[in-house]
Amino acid sequence: MMISNEALAAGLLQAVARHLGATVGSKPQVAELARLTAGAANETWSFDVIGTPGSGDQRRIGCILRRSPGIGDEGKSDTNLGKAGEAEVQRAARAAGVAAAEVLFILTPEDDLGDGYVMARLEGETLPRRILRDAEYADLRTHLARDCGHTLAQLHSVDPARLPTLMTMGAAEQIERYGEIYRAFGQPVPVFDLALRWLVDHRQEPERLTLVHGDFRNGNLMVGPEGIRAVMDWELAHLGDPMEDLGWLCVTSWRFGEIDHPVGGFGRREDLFAGYKAAGGGAVNPDAVRYWEVFGTLKWGIMCMIMTHSHLSGATRSVEKAAIGRRVSETELDLLNLLT
Amino acid sequence: MTTDRPTVPELVQAVREFLEAEVQPSLDGSVAFHTRVAVNVLKIVERELADGPALAAAEKSRLVELLGQDGDLDTLAEELIEAIRAGRMDVETPGLKEHLRATVMAKLAIDNPRYKSYQRALQD
Repeated sequence: MMISNEALAAGLLQAVARHLGATVGSKPQVAELARLTAGAANETWSFDVIGTPGSGDQRRIGCILRRSPGIGDEGKSDTNLGKAGEAEVQRAARAAGVAAAEVLFILTPEDDLGDGYVMARLEGETLPRRILRDAEYADLRTHLARDCGHTLAQLHSVDPARLPTLMTMGAAEQIERYGEIYRAFGQPVPVFDLALRWLVDHRQEPERLTLVHGDFRNGNLMVGPEGIRAVMDWELAHLGDPMEDLGWLCVTSWRFGEIDHPVGGFGRREDLFAGYKAAGGGAVNPDAVRYWEVFGTLKWGIMCMIMTHSHLSGATRSVEKAAIGRRVSETELDLLNLLT
Repeated sequence: MTTDRPTVPELVQAVREFLEAEVQPSLDGSVAFHTRVAVNVLKIVERELADGPALAAAEKSRLVELLGQDGDLDTLAEELIEAIRAGRMDVETPGLKEHLRATVMAKLAIDNPRYKSYQRALQD
């Protein structure tokens, strides 16, 4: 569902009055509406709400709207969580102490704005290359791996009873799913077949099933010089092996060129594991993390194929999507380095 | 057909240089980003036009030796996939990883020679 800025501003005004009620008073305003990103699955908008609660002075609340522009399945992520589910996971994680933006309200059908939710806007850095290279974050880089371990331990401790219904996706389900997608393209990448085989042969039962973020990596972390301010993009959340999140964070593609710092391009595995253990996540089995790093490297390679084929099929023509197919070879080399 | 000038590589190079020197500096935002992507795509095309045939020939001769049979490159590559899927070959198979590494290094020489893992592998 495409929507004009004017229609969105008008709709948001009604939604804000409906959901935020007394906190913004009877005559709230919506200002500074601007689109930050646009994608097939997600649109992100920034806006301010100006309101006057019954007993107080005028206040201004910085907001972010995350909205799915698609209709039906098209806009949903492959975990079928939907934007409401994503918001509920983010809320539950925040309640358990995970750094995440406060969810202010979830859009309802009467808002007539599609599938989405509104959260408090936070300030911070999200661009991986700045986090890895700017002098401002030099001190942060010395403890960010440990901080990630701490955050992941909290995330994995969220009580499943407080979460919306989530798909359970362990290694077996995901190998099956991505293997099928890869084979359906009919484009032979022998290294992927080798990796799929290796993943089947080396699979171990997870020690426990927990909430898994699903896309916890450099690029989805908002940081300040002091530490992690927010974990973003909860749409791939599912139940699974918690080690999946640790492995994905170490995938070479998410090191953005800083390949000697396995954790996100900024840190050491030992520090990640120590932070995880210190925050109550338990002792980490490095082999399990490595297993998920292999899986994550393969998954990113297949995701590149998916994006390039969405261009080739005519679904989304784009030079960027065409080009990303030539990044498959990067994951092939990284897989060969991992498979022994 | 005789080789007319400009050749295909020379034409691609001319377009790429035009985009880099004259178009890119005047743009910003997402169009600038997509123009940078387009320039990178043309660099891939230039490298593949120059080195692709030799690299494909080398891949084919490695496959002939590894599989013990002849054929065109696509058929041989399919054969290799079948052997891996059927479990007749795996990471332990002598020569397989060496072949795959050589093939991937050739692809990266075209796709992205600036990739850090590739540069590291060249040093080793």
